Amino acid sequence: MPNPPTTATVSASRSSVSLRAVIAAAIVVAAAALLPLVLSTYHLGLATEVLIFGLLAMSIDILAGFAGRTSLGHGAIFGASTYVVVYAVMTAGMPPLAACLLGVLAATALAAVFGLLAVRTSGVYFLLLTLALGMIVWGICLRWTQVTGGENGLRGAIRPALLADYRSFYWMVLAVTAVLSLAIWRFVRSPFGLTLRGIRDSDSRMRSLGYDVSLHLFIGFTVSGFFAGAAGAMYALFNSFVSPSSVALPQSVEALLMTIAGGVGTLFGAFVGSAAIITLENIVSSYTERWQTVLGVTFILIMIFAPEGIVGTIRVLVARLKR
Amino acid sequence: MGMNAFQLLNGLTFAALLFIVASGFTLIFGLLRIVNLAHGALYLFGGYVGYTVAVKTGSFTLGAIAAMIAVALIGFALNQGLLRFVRGNDLRQVLLTLGVAFVLNDMALVIWGGDSFTVPIPDALKGGLTFFGMFYPKYRLFVLLVGILVLIALYLLLFRTRLGALIRAGVDDAEMVEASGINIRRVFLATFVLGSALAGLGGMMGGAFLSLYPSADSEILVFSLAVVIIGGRGSLLGVAIGSLLVGLLNTVGQVMFPELAYFVIFGPMALLLAFRPLGLFGKAT
Amino acid sequence: MDRRRFLQTSGLTLATAGFGFNPFAARAADAPIKVGVLAPLTGVVASGGKEMVEGTQFFFEKRGNKIAGRAVELMIEDDGSNPDTSIQKARKLVEQGKVDFLIGNLLANTGLAVANYVKGTGTPYFIPIIAADDLTQRDRIKNVVRVAGYSASQFSHPLGDWALKKGYKKIVTVGQDYTFGHEQCGGLAQVFTEGGGEVVQQFWHPLNTADFSPYLGQIANMKVDAVFAMETGADATRFITQYASFGLKGKIPLLGAMNATDQSVIRTLGEECEGIVSAAHFAEGSDNPATAAFVKEYTAKFGKTPSLYGFSMYSGAMWVSKAIETLKGKIDDRNAFIDTVLKTELDNSPLGKTVKLDAYGNPIYDVYIRQVKKAPNGKFWNVPIETYPAVSQFWKYDPATYMKQPPYSRNFQGIKKS
Repeated sequence: MPNPPTTATVSASRSSVSLRAVIAAAIVVAAAALLPLVLSTYHLGLATEVLIFGLLAMSIDILAGFAGRTSLGHGAIFGASTYVVVYAVMTAGMPPLAACLLGVLAATALAAVFGLLAVRTSGVYFLLLTLALGMIVWGICLRWTQVTGGENGLRGAIRPALLADYRSFYWMVLAVTAVLSLAIWRFVRSPFGLTLRGIRDSDSRMRSLGYDVSLHLFIGFTVSGFFAGAAGAMYALFNSFVSPSSVALPQSVEALLMTIAGGVGTLFGAFVGSAAIITLENIVSSYTERWQTVLGVTFILIMIFAPEGIVGTIRVLVARLKR
Repeated sequence: MGMNAFQLLNGLTFAALLFIVASGFTLIFGLLRIVNLAHGALYLFGGYVGYTVAVKTGSFTLGAIAAMIAVALIGFALNQGLLRFVRGNDLRQVLLTLGVAFVLNDMALVIWGGDSFTVPIPDALKGGLTFFGMFYPKYRLFVLLVGILVLIALYLLLFRTRLGALIRAGVDDAEMVEASGINIRRVFLATFVLGSALAGLGGMMGGAFLSLYPSADSEILVFSLAVVIIGGRGSLLGVAIGSLLVGLLNTVGQVMFPELAYFVIFGPMALLLAFRPLGLFGKAT
Repeated sequence: MDRRRFLQTSGLTLATAGFGFNPFAARAADAPIKVGVLAPLTGVVASGGKEMVEGTQFFFEKRGNKIAGRAVELMIEDDGSNPDTSIQKARKLVEQGKVDFLIGNLLANTGLAVANYVKGTGTPYFIPIIAADDLTQRDRIKNVVRVAGYSASQFSHPLGDWALKKGYKKIVTVGQDYTFGHEQCGGLAQVFTEGGGEVVQQFWHPLNTADFSPYLGQIANMKVDAVFAMETGADATRFITQYASFGLKGKIPLLGAMNATDQSVIRTLGEECEGIVSAAHFAEGSDNPATAAFVKEYTAKFGKTPSLYGFSMYSGAMWVSKAIETLKGKIDDRNAFIDTVLKTELDNSPLGKTVKLDAYGNPIYDVYIRQVKKAPNGKFWNVPIETYPAVSQFWKYDPATYMKQPPYSRNFQGIKKS
């Protein structure tokens, strides 16, 4: 079965953490923290979305880039968390922080169920199964009107007063995203992550080496769901609103596209991808209604010319220059 | 409430439409290993073209032919113009077709606007038949008939012609076929064009009773996915059984468990996929 | 086009602002009025969205794009038929575009999402299409006003009454399973059962149901006097077509929600739709001179008979503009602006009658019972056959008492057991 469109890129970064990387990361985060001083409210809102969806795209990359399993069901996991958070605050009257924890927990549990069913598959079948599971979640959110509000969804003011200001909210999202993406980065570099990569390269070899492939994939999926859920919880606070479109297939597709545009297997490329797609959408939609066409053409061009994504392509070019 | 002969017929006629659409889908999936996520968009495009031609000429048959030709051409262009660049990589192919689906749907919106259209039914098929004390629309029985005819035609093609033998061999092992000196690329192309044409025919048939509108593509695509996943890729028997199951489950779901309509189809499908990833009749590669 | 024009001007505004001018200084009385229009230009209801934009542009063009001496700048954004996109676009219009007010949205979920957002910003938001009952009832937001719109159950109340007068005893309802469907069916069911009728059964189906045959099969054997169908868009097209093809047309009278026989649905249909009865404030086939003139003008310009969407946005824009004229263009004080809109009465609109808002920001209309008939051009349209004068969203109930009952939902349809 095929690998995702990534090859040399990961191994190039496998060397131990250089001081340079740490400094670079610190500079990026610091620069991002200064954005509220220069950006307008609206653009800061976009930046917040870039971070939230970047985290979602990164959670997909755990599976796509490091376990060779491309998921079209992460939008559903993400949105399930959003639903739980809005419901817990608005209907059950929970404090927002507790609701967020509950949302992440629910998403993790949902991912565990997905994982249980999906670990036996790979390649296109994995894609289809996650798609089908996502459809079920969507169907439930649409039809279980009593709880989910059906088509109209759930809404209300759920952001805690402390984060009501758009700047402080952005800083919160930045801090959480920075910590969690660091955690993801550590996770894929752990011995466990290395085993996942082994599975990506060859199921059968790992199996014959005595690894429990299914268990590893199950855990990998669940962990990935945890991060998708965290993104979903922040999205709930951001929009104070949730509807079935948050769990629908286009959500999964767009998130996967961000992962791919950034570069599968590059982890932090997810943020580049999410920034690229959100910026593109925002610019394009000011000029034409044909955003869908632009998105589709972008998708096609990336698949044909730059399957390694933006960051992946840059890395390849840099590597070529060094040689 | 409850199931009766009437509801059974509803399920069967819906299954017939699903069969027409999904048979093309499964042939392409089976032979070329491409899950063509643009298949639903091809269905919708075919329906729109068929509608336009049928309204302009007043002929349902001409509309159906135009739908099949137009979509076959799109299929040809898709296969030769885009998919050849990503051959051999399943996931890139799948995601590329997803991009194509976005573009096709948006183009359909530009060309035909967002109104919903219903393909006009020929006068001979208007109205209904009364039998066993129930009234049933003729057109739906016609769809059932066309579904059966397509099944027979595909059976003859696959099991009685050289091309069919090549396709079947290709489904089992494309490299073997190529090694024996056959130009498998041509077989691929023929299959892709045929599968697309079936999507176009489906759009025409479905457009007359399910109507055509933005997002009709993803609905039919999801049903087709369910059919193919249940039946197993590349298997004619599989797609026939899969269509029957999905068509009937859909009716049962709507009548008896309206709350769980999606669960009734996707629940069993997800379970099946988890335990028999290749579907009921799918073969490992 | 308008959007591109806007971008150039707004680029300029931004540039000048960047050079140290106070951006608020630019909002003097002679600066353009910025109108944020949200409409679904892509997605499931794209055709309706297109007509919304047409209707809005049509109105302002007729006024030379000037209201109360101030130029009007339309900033049109596509909400993608998706609530998440709607919020994002509303943010863009309010925070970046600095619009004076928002108008539009079609699907209830997009409207509710934007309403939830403007609740925080205080931006005036006008909703000529969004019908969710509670936006002007139990969950009223002051800066959200339903100019030229209607609340979902407002017209199905009189339709229930009409069904009783017609002598129907037993009906069955078929409705899309979401709030808009629940509210319309509920309005009819409550009035109909309180007047002694019986709702034999209610079918709820998901939006975008491909195949109605399972329901139609059951209805055929039910021995009811009439069927009430609450359908929108493609579902309506399919329901009406399949109702006819299963031989029920002409056998059991079909009543529809106003959106089921709106022009956006029946303009692509043939005689399948003939004879369906619905209730609404607007009927394109009315012989009221103002309505007829509007329909003629609109048809000449856009090549199609106006639907609810084109008409409502046109009248909604007219309503808001009248308030702006009353204020002589000074709409910076949002509270005063909203209060003036609430007090404004809409005359010389295509309805041909004066309309005013009730105390909750929802219009009171003379409601037509309409029937689909063949128009002179061979297509079909809705023609009034009876009028219920001055119908508010509360029908004949006392508002306070009415709002004490729960909102209509799947579980609460106001059905009185006989």
